[in-house]
Amino acid sequence: MIYLDNAATTLHKPKMVIDAVVKALESLGNCARGTYESSLQAGRTIYDAREKAASLFGCKQADHVVFTANSTEALNMAIQGLVVSGDHVISSDLEHNSVLRPLYLMEKRGVELSFVKADKDGKIEIVDFEKLIKENTKMIVCTHASNVTGNVVDIANVGAIARKHGLFFVVDASQTAGVIPIDMESMGIDVLCFTGHKSMMAPQGTGGLCVREGIVIRPLVVGGSGIRTYEKEHPANYPTALEAGTLNGHGIAGLDAGITFINQTGMANIYEKEIRLARRFYEGVKGIPEVVIYGDFSNWNRAPIISLNIGEYDSSEVSDELSERFEIATRPGAHCAPRMHEALKTVEQGVVRFSFSYFNTDEEVDVAIQAVRTLAEE
Amino acid sequence: MREKTLKYLMTFHTTSGAIAMEKYCKEASAPGRLIPVPRQITAGCGMAWCSLPEKKGEAQSVAREHKLDVDGEYELMI
Repeated sequence: MIYLDNAATTLHKPKMVIDAVVKALESLGNCARGTYESSLQAGRTIYDAREKAASLFGCKQADHVVFTANSTEALNMAIQGLVVSGDHVISSDLEHNSVLRPLYLMEKRGVELSFVKADKDGKIEIVDFEKLIKENTKMIVCTHASNVTGNVVDIANVGAIARKHGLFFVVDASQTAGVIPIDMESMGIDVLCFTGHKSMMAPQGTGGLCVREGIVIRPLVVGGSGIRTYEKEHPANYPTALEAGTLNGHGIAGLDAGITFINQTGMANIYEKEIRLARRFYEGVKGIPEVVIYGDFSNWNRAPIISLNIGEYDSSEVSDELSERFEIATRPGAHCAPRMHEALKTVEQGVVRFSFSYFNTDEEVDVAIQAVRTLAEE
Repeated sequence: MREKTLKYLMTFHTTSGAIAMEKYCKEASAPGRLIPVPRQITAGCGMAWCSLPEKKGEAQSVAREHKLDVDGEYELMI
């Protein structure tokens, strides 16, 4: 099978990630539950991952890296934990439901929402964020890159707007963490939400949020922490404040190794290869009659995602044929991004998303191009 | 049971702080180890850095340098 659904999850993990998870399964106890070796080893592994993630994202303090099951959980924590009834939040049409649904939930609780509109190519104007600011605006939350078109948002400029107006700035880095540089300090990010299982090449069930010093997020979940047992309230110190219950130590060992792989390979090298593969695919399919490609291609500041349709065919049909006839894995449909599909006018048809990883090859891309050509000609 | 001797203990608000202490003490060759917090102490985190009283300066220096979330310091017969 040729796996081109890396925006959903990276299937091919580095050997060192697999080895780290296996070793963790064989040796780690529960972090913070004792001072015997296997418990301490879990604590050391998790702390190492905090330090590496902090360094990767420009988060000043390792103890402000909080681990969660995925970016959806992290985004829920940030969105539900930072605003209250009467506040106004600005987001964009590019968002995934991991941002939208927590926002809609907060809307029911009295939070006002505004969205920066995307055009027919899924493009937004950064200045529109500033235009939507009102007296009660408290937060801007937006994605770093669209999971449908791959277009990257200039979050440094959004962050500058947020900082200028004293707003919280929350970023969904699901499609970029591990492959496109992020620096919380220079980009003005208050809370960075990431997932481990995509470009960080870690197991599913890993992710987290990096929180700027001084930002207080109300916890979604409280409970066992291994500390302050006799207090009725969950501890307020990071990272414990947002980490109730046993952490996914085995998965975090894989995340730790995933970041090591990125550091050793070089994020720039990983990105260069992935974007070269995406560009090869784009160049190969763009001239095929009946093929429509979605997104802004005026520049290549993008995540390695190319989404297309063939004529009027249902994207599900096309994706299924790619899978059944050509053994190519893609993602059809709406990609949990309803507002983006409304902007692209693809609500009915959906789109077929091809997304590339460091472990894909030129040959695989060429097979995919030929498969699209074959389907388009039939 | 072991014979009790005077020990220097440093406690932390979070497990993350205690683990960081162990890491940086190791890097600085500051002697000691993490132990469960004795019952005489009401501490945030369930682990404490345990060293000899004459080595507390080294532990304090490490904690200060890395801005660790120290909860308290104690000398106890344990």
